[in-house]
Amino acid sequence: MTDQRFRNAAGGRIDRSRPLTFQFNGRRYDGFGGDTLASALLANGVRLVGRSFKYHRPRGIVAAGSEESNALVQLGTGARTEPNVRATQAEMHDELSAASVNCWPSVEVDVGAINSALAAFLPAGFYYKTFMWPPRAWRFYEWFIRRAAGLGRAPTEPDPDRYEKTYAHCDVAVVGAGPAGLAAALAAGRVGARVILADESSEFGGSLLGEAATIAAAPALDWVAGAMAELAALPEVRLLPRTTVFGYYDHNHLGLIERVTDHLGPRTDTTLPRQRLWKVLARQVVLATGAIERPLVFDDNDRPGVMLASAARTYANRWAVRAGDRAIVVTNNDSAYPAALDLSEAGVNVQAVIDARETPPDAWREPLRVRGIDLAAGRTVAAALGRKRVEGAEVYELAADGSRLIGAARCYDCDLIAVSGGWSPTLHLFSQSGGRPRFDAGIAAFVPGESRQAERSVGAARGTFSLAGCLAEGFAGGAAAALACGFGDGVAPPVPATGDTPAGPLRPLWRVPTAGHGGKAFVDAQNDVTADDVELAAREGYRSVEHLKRYTTTGMGTDQGKTSNVNALAILADLTNATIAEVGTTTFRPPYTPVTYGALAGRSVGDRFDPVRMTGLHQWHEAAGALFEDVGQWKRPWYYPRRGETLHQAVARECGAVRASLGIVDASTLGKIDIQGPDALKLLNLVYTNAWDNLEVGRCRYGLMLKEDGMVFDDGVTARLGPNHYHMTTTTGGAARVMGWLEEWVQCEWLDMRVHFTSTTTHWTVVAIAGPNARRLLAELCPDIDLESAAFPFMAWRDGTVAGIPARVFRVSFSGEQSYEINVPSSCGVALWQVLMTAGAKYDITPYGTETMHVLRAEKGFVIVGQETDGTTTPQDLGMDWIVSKKKTDFIGKRGLTRADCGRADRKQLVGLLPENSKDTLQEGAQIVAEIRPKPPMPMEGHVTSSYWSAALGRPFALALLMGGRARHGQTVAVSSYGTTSWAKVVPPIFWDKEGERLRG
Amino acid sequence: MQYSIFNLIREGINKHKGWPAAFRHPEPKERYDVIIIGGGGHGLATAYYLAKEHGIRNVAVVEKGWLGGGNTGRNTTVVRSNYLWDQSAFLYEKSLKLWEGLTQDLNYNLMFSQRGVLNLCHNLHDLRELHRRINAIRLNDIDSEYLTRDQVKAFVPILNMDPNIRYPILGGSLQRRGGNARHDAVAWGFARAADRLGVDILQNCEVMAILRDGAKVTGIETTRGTIRAPKIGAVVAGHASVVAGMAGIRLPIESHPLQALVSEPIKPILHTVIMSGAVHVYVSQSDKGELVMGAGIDTFNSYAQRGSLQVIEDQMAAVVELFPMFSRLRMMRQWAGIVDVCPDASPIVSKTPVEGFYVNCGWGTGGFKATPGSGWVFAHTIAQDRPHRLNEAFNIERFSTGELIDEHGAAAVAH
Repeated sequence: MTDQRFRNAAGGRIDRSRPLTFQFNGRRYDGFGGDTLASALLANGVRLVGRSFKYHRPRGIVAAGSEESNALVQLGTGARTEPNVRATQAEMHDELSAASVNCWPSVEVDVGAINSALAAFLPAGFYYKTFMWPPRAWRFYEWFIRRAAGLGRAPTEPDPDRYEKTYAHCDVAVVGAGPAGLAAALAAGRVGARVILADESSEFGGSLLGEAATIAAAPALDWVAGAMAELAALPEVRLLPRTTVFGYYDHNHLGLIERVTDHLGPRTDTTLPRQRLWKVLARQVVLATGAIERPLVFDDNDRPGVMLASAARTYANRWAVRAGDRAIVVTNNDSAYPAALDLSEAGVNVQAVIDARETPPDAWREPLRVRGIDLAAGRTVAAALGRKRVEGAEVYELAADGSRLIGAARCYDCDLIAVSGGWSPTLHLFSQSGGRPRFDAGIAAFVPGESRQAERSVGAARGTFSLAGCLAEGFAGGAAAALACGFGDGVAPPVPATGDTPAGPLRPLWRVPTAGHGGKAFVDAQNDVTADDVELAAREGYRSVEHLKRYTTTGMGTDQGKTSNVNALAILADLTNATIAEVGTTTFRPPYTPVTYGALAGRSVGDRFDPVRMTGLHQWHEAAGALFEDVGQWKRPWYYPRRGETLHQAVARECGAVRASLGIVDASTLGKIDIQGPDALKLLNLVYTNAWDNLEVGRCRYGLMLKEDGMVFDDGVTARLGPNHYHMTTTTGGAARVMGWLEEWVQCEWLDMRVHFTSTTTHWTVVAIAGPNARRLLAELCPDIDLESAAFPFMAWRDGTVAGIPARVFRVSFSGEQSYEINVPSSCGVALWQVLMTAGAKYDITPYGTETMHVLRAEKGFVIVGQETDGTTTPQDLGMDWIVSKKKTDFIGKRGLTRADCGRADRKQLVGLLPENSKDTLQEGAQIVAEIRPKPPMPMEGHVTSSYWSAALGRPFALALLMGGRARHGQTVAVSSYGTTSWAKVVPPIFWDKEGERLRG
Repeated sequence: MQYSIFNLIREGINKHKGWPAAFRHPEPKERYDVIIIGGGGHGLATAYYLAKEHGIRNVAVVEKGWLGGGNTGRNTTVVRSNYLWDQSAFLYEKSLKLWEGLTQDLNYNLMFSQRGVLNLCHNLHDLRELHRRINAIRLNDIDSEYLTRDQVKAFVPILNMDPNIRYPILGGSLQRRGGNARHDAVAWGFARAADRLGVDILQNCEVMAILRDGAKVTGIETTRGTIRAPKIGAVVAGHASVVAGMAGIRLPIESHPLQALVSEPIKPILHTVIMSGAVHVYVSQSDKGELVMGAGIDTFNSYAQRGSLQVIEDQMAAVVELFPMFSRLRMMRQWAGIVDVCPDASPIVSKTPVEGFYVNCGWGTGGFKATPGSGWVFAHTIAQDRPHRLNEAFNIERFSTGELIDEHGAAAVAH
């Protein structure tokens, strides 16, 4: 069937000069440029396109836009495959390939349809009532349920495409480029406002694309073309077709997804991204999002060939496609009449318009008669006939109160049932903006209530369905929005004449009485929720609309209930004797239509997932063969293995070099904050536990920071550079946290404090040289600083030059050895490092990484915040009571430390551990247990925080937090890890140079 | 009527006309023995256990909206008990044990599926902490195991195990007894079971004031009138400070939005819960086929159940990093709930200085998993007017004594 026999020879907005071929379920078909997959399938007479979620009922195309609930396909193959794409939104390109989802082996013969036979036992929520026996068998049942779950399939390969993000500001964002949106954009754009006009479709025009309307006595699409040309010429107007405004967040922040190249098909040229996420801040928003036609709920209303009347009309007008040969049009309102006429005009044999209203407006009688279309008033369709496609319809007279059918059915022989149950304004974005919908009984629909943000709804989105009304509200809304931004005078442009026929009132028709031969009347077709399910939910007490939704899953499919929600809640209202207004709507959640993960991730994937921070010396480390460790965002050299060395061997060698002669380490990643201001000293006294008053210029001091609860938060050395000027260092991982901490206190709590912070972490390259030969080497390269201990003692700093480079040298030590940290401008880091390496060769200068650094500091008993501490550790727990000032009236954490629990003698305290088996390095993270039992539970009293092999000691050692540990030196404790027990002796947490002679010498 | 396959078949033949309401919609009585404020999972569980374990059946659960409409209906349904500290481990393990028989106990299929919770580890620091946690958990006789890189790969083959990615996966900890449950069913199951024991569930009943006689509570003023009771338990996640404030109690709680989202349904490819702290996201796949995920809180304080797009973007970057094949899937629905966070990231299940007023709050981002255990210990606390051994440590005084249970690091995802 590749002859497109349902395509008219002329008309439509397709590009007949661009014939295309495509595949659906393995068969080849022809289409044209400008088609969607849905229009091309219909043109080829393909009606059965999918299977439903639960019962695997045969399904066809229902809509022509993003509200489509049934026609979901797996689009494309291989790495570019995409599940659950609505055929109505998949733009045709050459060699497009698609397949039905959720059916096996094929959409024609689907094994899952057995569920349909069992449907009597699978009502809404049936799974809550069964699969409970035997206990714990759920996973057995679930295995089968999961086999049946889901629609399409995820790709199995990484995404080869690229996504971008763009940020934009505008005065007026107009959502939707139908008549109202175009009018709003024109009104705002003409007076100079910066306008963004976005529409989800490939073409602007909205409903006008599918109708044969007139504006100013000419085809409406001429007016659209004129509006487009005018807008395109306005420099401050940006037009975004194929762009869905999917989310409306606080502060008039809109999320837009632009499908940049999806419609071109797979490409090798990747200059343009696949999709682009726009994040727009709009001063004013005009919602011209239109309205969505409601289906009618009657028996077997899901058969392929039951279609929204507006969709059938759109296929005829926009794509020159007849959605059927023989049709009936069923309605409860006026909008289906022009649809019937357009279908007839397109060559569909429209047998009758079936109008539920007793007295349809007279205006339509004559046009119908001219076309030979019967009009059956006070009647409606109660059942569709046929299975894989509509083969007929049963039409009955409807009782005045709508509660029952009267008389016998009249059967129509038809393959298309075009239905209209009225229209629901598209309130999604309005609701997302925080607004509450209001029920308008006049049009039997929810309309926007009061605005909560700077937005206004216009046209059909506001319940105004006439073309004249849409244009008038669009112009007025655009002008008012522009005025609110300071543009124009707020006067709306004149509205051109339209050929509207005034619409009469509709007859609400939520649930057509059943024809009584066992058909299913679907409310939510995608999730297979029937009117009976709604009834069951109400009977079982799930009477809140949110319970209804969750219990039956109505509105929870990929269409999020665009066509089903109002019908469902109206039926619920009926069943619970409430008004529709009382029942209310569920909350509309973003996104309006599903948004690709990749687009939300943007460029933050792969290498760019998180910034990689490298020091200025990174390339040197790489060339030296270093392996790296991730520390926060930083890459730090972990160790520098020589040929064939293991971690253990390399670290033993590096440690030995530092203890015996000289090591060199890149310490640039330490956080650095420049602190200035007359209250800088006051600040330090508040954020550190110790006293800073007597710190002289030229000296530095170690400090601990606590959280309010008294627990250790960060540590580092801070130097006094001038009377009101300090240089603070933090841990590598804590730099940003500390900066934020300081700013928070100063900005939120200590408002009168005159002090400022500048992050200077990356301004400096910091190279530490450590070992007995450190001073000797530095002396060679640093002529202008007196390095003798008397002149330059431990915990002091000096400015000078090192190897001719201006440098600030700190005499501090994290290794326990004589050590200098040389700070030079980042740009000079490599030069400094190379000079040190060359000049240090005679001392066998050895680069070392974080692992060696950790071993050396642990031998010395220096803690690492985050390793020896975990947010529950006080300075006293670490044996650092000496650093907590007893005199200061206040510092952060002081009050926390006074709490009773902080004074308990059995708190976990830092200790050293020496394993009894001198070959046995304890596992970091092993637990110290109070009692070894044959099996858990076993009471725990601490854990191993750091554990290494020490080359200097010739044995393993560890640091640990142990309950009451300081009083337990000399005891032996049991250390348990993964069921293995080791024994270790508790010792003071210092293993090397206990008097500190080496680092001061 | 019992829920069972037999009754389902019988009703199937009967066109399901015979199912009774799962719970009544009663009018409030003037007086109850206990009022539970908050018709979420924890509140309904409390009422159920009050009736079942303590014989106190004259109980009202008052709910300002629809039951289960707060965080019970907004979470990502993860259940686990792999907590670091003893107090937490015992409480969450009690809860997990209750989960394991809850479907049968409530006669409502909660679809509790123990398909495992796998926490990923991406750096050496994580790894050290991972071992510490696993050891602690195992020594508390709770299941937890370490998976090497290769074992992680075998367990979840679709994870990105490339060693050259930004934060390569080094290993993981697995709690096989962890998993997911159907969140709405938890609310409905407890509601139905409590209702059957005589508990009145009063929906659309907002508390306007808590009535006191001196240091004692006497009842509540609601939008459906005055209701009296000598004991009142407040279980109102997201509004705990507000309701406790009505009784004159100030809570050390900050309230934040926490967002979550689901993808379109796809054929199941992920059968366990994946959590990662360093690549900040958690994700599982529901029995409907939707990928359910969440990450960190929005950092601002708010009572509005709305979050920022940027948080979702970060979360998506993280999930695509872990699962590059997810990139072309699509987010179908996103939402937010409000989480009440205590300074130590542990809950308060406690008596208060006001006689007859009890609070159960501060579950932060992880209350769902605790639902049955929380209700069980809270019911005990209310019925006996003293805490159970399992919730003794979660008292309100700990913020002044300093006996905190700091689980900041223990949440799988750093918040």
